[in-house]
Amino acid sequence: MAKHRGAGGRVAICAVAQTKFERDKWQVRFQGMLWEVVEKVLRQTGLQFGAGGIEAAVTVSDDVFDARTISDGAITDVVGAHHQSEEKVAADGAQGVYYAAATILSNHHDIVLLAGHCKESQSASRNQITHLAFDPFYTRPVGLDYVAAAALQAQAYMARTGVTEAQLADVVVRSRKWARENPVAQETAAVTREQALAAPMLAAPIRQSFMYPVSDGAIAMILASEERAAELTDRPVWITGLGNCYDSFFLGERDLAGNFSLERAAKKAYEMAGVTHPTDAFEVVEIADQYAHQQPQYAEGLALCPARQGAKWLADGGPEKQHVNRSGGMLAGNPLILGGMARVAEAVIQLRGEAGSRQVPGAKRALAHGATGPAGQLQTVVVLEN
Amino acid sequence: MSGETEYAYVVEGKMALPYQYFAGAVGSKFLIALRDEKRILGVRCPKCETTFVPPRQTCERCFSDLTSHWVDVGSSGEITGYTVINYKEPYQPKEPPYVLALIKLDGADTPFAHILNCADGAQPAIGMRVRAVFSKEPKDNILAISHFELEP
Repeated sequence: MAKHRGAGGRVAICAVAQTKFERDKWQVRFQGMLWEVVEKVLRQTGLQFGAGGIEAAVTVSDDVFDARTISDGAITDVVGAHHQSEEKVAADGAQGVYYAAATILSNHHDIVLLAGHCKESQSASRNQITHLAFDPFYTRPVGLDYVAAAALQAQAYMARTGVTEAQLADVVVRSRKWARENPVAQETAAVTREQALAAPMLAAPIRQSFMYPVSDGAIAMILASEERAAELTDRPVWITGLGNCYDSFFLGERDLAGNFSLERAAKKAYEMAGVTHPTDAFEVVEIADQYAHQQPQYAEGLALCPARQGAKWLADGGPEKQHVNRSGGMLAGNPLILGGMARVAEAVIQLRGEAGSRQVPGAKRALAHGATGPAGQLQTVVVLEN
Repeated sequence: MSGETEYAYVVEGKMALPYQYFAGAVGSKFLIALRDEKRILGVRCPKCETTFVPPRQTCERCFSDLTSHWVDVGSSGEITGYTVINYKEPYQPKEPPYVLALIKLDGADTPFAHILNCADGAQPAIGMRVRAVFSKEPKDNILAISHFELEP
């Protein structure tokens, strides 16, 4: 039985490792991909599996992406969870951060291994997977999937705010520029605005270039209570705010141009972290921009700019001024379910001062965001500080 | 190639699983009325003054039981959002390109997604009036409405 260490205390992220994200890691099993990063965080912390070391794991994976049910059953050995505690998050990996932190704050464990994996390349089509997120009576029959849902969101958002296609192309151009400074980023080839605008239209207004690429990869982290963190690292990064919120299931019942659930998730996280002026509270911001229009839309939801002002935010260089997605963001390539987890990973790397040529000097506080579900139904916000 | 690709064997697989879903008492009534009577039903939450189409048993906002709060809504309405699907997938209801629209029926408060057929290159726009075209074949899901078309 764990002693009462976590309650009222703080949770630190003590180690982070990511694979390089790639279009098709066909020659690596997802277990092998995951072990690559688990081994790294074990080395970073000196921890071992078992009593006094890692006694609990939270994993992030998806049954349909893994083409088997109970997908975590295939990796319990990799995360040391045979004969130990393991819980799976089948949603965005930022939710895994939330679960792992809750495990510590609730005194169940002092140290948690968080490990997520996804090989999007395994399936013939990601759309066939996200199509299955819809109900069989009303929404599947008309062919909805996440691309169609995002297109309806983009149309609504651009109509309301006046964000232009050229602005979305510039979001992609900037993503590639920063991705070149991130050793784990996938899409690093430079593109011009004209090239981005010449990409095939998938579902108006979403072009191929405006959508995150098919991506394989894995991420692992070690989270620990304040008491144990000092043993594991001399550069802990503290989780000081967490919040999440679900919007309605049916697209027609949501304000697709707005940010109902993200605003609520952010409010919870900001209150917990004592953030009162989000526009200048963060040196590092990582937004889960699965689609280019979501970068300004979610910036509004995160209160990085006023609501409905996403077009002005882009025009005024908001992403550059607020250090948004120096990792390259999701447009540079992350598996869908690891999008938020990669954002947290980048925040930790920045707050540890380990981000090399993309480092924000003196970064003290970071904002990491994750989203999942059609058109960002579930939103997760994490505030981190060093 | 050597090293990590020296022994690299990829197995082809396919997941295909026939299944049955119960539509629920409320969903069943909606789908049967749609299929057999070409009537579109909604449920109205008296507390939230909101009419939901498709219907559900419980109001998501105030948790009121809406089972006995049926209302008829019109088979015409307006476009509140749209996209043009240009990519091809096996589950799609028709050959791309086609318009997927959010349509709010007269008397309903919640738009839902459906196919919009635009004749002769007409372009969809927010606020345009549309009407339901019912399927000639009996269909046991929302495709009992074959598609929507622009009102003349």
